[in-house]
Amino acid sequence: MTTEAVGTDGPGENRLRAVPDSTTEKLTIAQAVRDAMRDEMERNDRVLVLGEDVGVDGGVFRATDGLVERFGHDRVIDTPLAESAIIGMSVGLAATGFRPVAEIQFMGFVYPAINQLFAHAARLRNRTRGRLHVPMVVRMPYGGGIHPPEHHSESYESLFLNTPGIKVVVPSNPYDAKGLLTSAIRDDDPVLFMEPKRIYRAFREPVPSEAYTVPLGQADVARVGADVTLVSWGAMVRVCLDAAEVLGHEGISAEVVDLRTLNPLDRDTLLESVVKTGRAVVVHEAPRTNGFGAEVSAQITEGATLQLMAPVQRVTGFDVIFPLAHNEKLYLPSRERIISAAREALDF
Amino acid sequence: MPRTPVYEAVTERLDILAVDGSVDQTLMPDLADEQIVELYRDMVKMRAYDDKALKLQRQGRMGTWPPIKGQEAIQAGVGRAMTKEDWLIPAFREHGLMLLKGIPGHMIYAYWAGDERGSCFPEDVRCFPVAVPVGSQWQHGTGVGLSLKLSGEKAAAVVFGGDGSTSEGDFHEALNCAGVYNVPTVFVIQNNQWAISVPLHRQTAAATLAQKAHAYGIPGVQVDGNDIFAVWSAAVEALDRARRGDGPTLIEAVTYRLGDHTTADDASRYRDDEEVEAWRARDPISRLRLYLDGAGLWNDELESQLAAEVHAWVDEQVQALEAMPPHSPEDLFKYMYAEIPPHLSEQMASLIEEVER
Repeated sequence: MTTEAVGTDGPGENRLRAVPDSTTEKLTIAQAVRDAMRDEMERNDRVLVLGEDVGVDGGVFRATDGLVERFGHDRVIDTPLAESAIIGMSVGLAATGFRPVAEIQFMGFVYPAINQLFAHAARLRNRTRGRLHVPMVVRMPYGGGIHPPEHHSESYESLFLNTPGIKVVVPSNPYDAKGLLTSAIRDDDPVLFMEPKRIYRAFREPVPSEAYTVPLGQADVARVGADVTLVSWGAMVRVCLDAAEVLGHEGISAEVVDLRTLNPLDRDTLLESVVKTGRAVVVHEAPRTNGFGAEVSAQITEGATLQLMAPVQRVTGFDVIFPLAHNEKLYLPSRERIISAAREALDF
Repeated sequence: MPRTPVYEAVTERLDILAVDGSVDQTLMPDLADEQIVELYRDMVKMRAYDDKALKLQRQGRMGTWPPIKGQEAIQAGVGRAMTKEDWLIPAFREHGLMLLKGIPGHMIYAYWAGDERGSCFPEDVRCFPVAVPVGSQWQHGTGVGLSLKLSGEKAAAVVFGGDGSTSEGDFHEALNCAGVYNVPTVFVIQNNQWAISVPLHRQTAAATLAQKAHAYGIPGVQVDGNDIFAVWSAAVEALDRARRGDGPTLIEAVTYRLGDHTTADDASRYRDDEEVEAWRARDPISRLRLYLDGAGLWNDELESQLAAEVHAWVDEQVQALEAMPPHSPEDLFKYMYAEIPPHLSEQMASLIEEVER
């Protein structure tokens, strides 16, 4: 089984990255998201925030807290309760020179906006051969684990990952949340920014006070290991790190790759890790069949065929409707399921 | 407890130019003779442009084409009332408006012939590409209006759609938001009575589409869409309101689609010749011609001069269309994002290799 390199376990490169000479504050993901919008709104007066309850209320998760006081109602726009209008108006704003940051209150409510996202936002650059484009960010809290009512727990990334033209970004920690959202706002194409609501306020980490970017399309090795690669994004990265810790006590050295951006996918970092470890476990909350784990598995199989020592394992949600609060824990990938899958790969 | 009326509304209809070419002088807009002649020339040009596309389609030189025949007065009237600073957000039956906005004729042909380059409009033309999904463009009208308002521009967004699209939720969301934000947007419904095979009375139980504006707290008006003066007047009023900062307007222009929904449709399957003939008698072009004749502004000689001129112009558009250089395989990939991501570069390389093999 494990033969070497247990000693290389440790924090990944991202933790070592920081903005030189910048003071830091300990922030939650929700605060880091708010700071990214605040800084970009300061920097560029074409950046607008719009959505349901984003103004006076500061957002139901307080991710836009304080913005309306600072920038006024022309730049922090409470919208009627109409998701298609939020995205449709944003298309009109973005194509004519603004940089709207639209909020969909929960990913479970994104369906009415999908026509606008798929039929227009994703296509405008291509169908006008670059004459018009849509520099728009659509933020939305996603995922389970907070015991909410129905339709508040979904992870629909796969829908958007089979739709060319939309970048998909999912931070797993406050540092990345601010840096990735800053990049997303500065990006000239539509970016779907999925915020892991389960860990919005679960922990604080030092975040530089100044604006900085974490580039889109670059994965992070969140933990260095040698025997098996755990691949994940968003809230599941923390669960993978927990699992890696436990595996470490058993003498199994697990590397954790946090994809951060799902489209475009950083295949190089992913394959580099799997070529090294020879084993991979993909972890996501979304249902298993046609989940993005299937694509990750295909990429690994295509790109690291000869190095693979076991089939790529998938630890995912089930192909069922996301359960109400009672059964939420049964649905969500747990540390134990990840550990079992890693052992399976090692015992193959 | 009393029952008291809390809201009452009246929807007006505007008619100025009658079928016999006579006008209601009290409502006649302030248009110089040259402007009226120009509107006539615009409509004749639009019809010839449209006819040519149908011919090209039958010859296999054009893809599916949605004809505008019968709807030229709306397009000329609104098109001429707009300025260069106004944004046009079309649905897909607004070729005439797009021409007036400054889009070269061969480009509109190119789009419908299957070439995305047809929607890469000149830099200074403020126009969205056509919107095929039906109704989704109404929301862009509100968004562009909000953009103009926030930028402090004295310009309007003018968004078009058909009667069928008023059944889509996006129509209602767009009008609602436009009212809330008081944006400089003019919503124009080309009510041509038929959404492919479904007549208006199967789209709505409402007596008019214009009255829907009341529900969103914005002004709405119905006009005879085959009456160039009524269309012009309503458009000018709405655009002035928008530019003054007094908010959006809904215009329902009642017209008739004399042709099929598209070249892939056969309207004789679902509507009577009698109905079509009745509307043919209300044709917007012949009606204005009668007015011009009566006013001594036009004659057969001018008509044949115009026909020759328009014919030559249409031919130029066809030549320009057919002179467009071929696509390259790269075109498929290079406009998806500002920069081509690695996975697309790889796919592009594999296609090029296959094509060159």
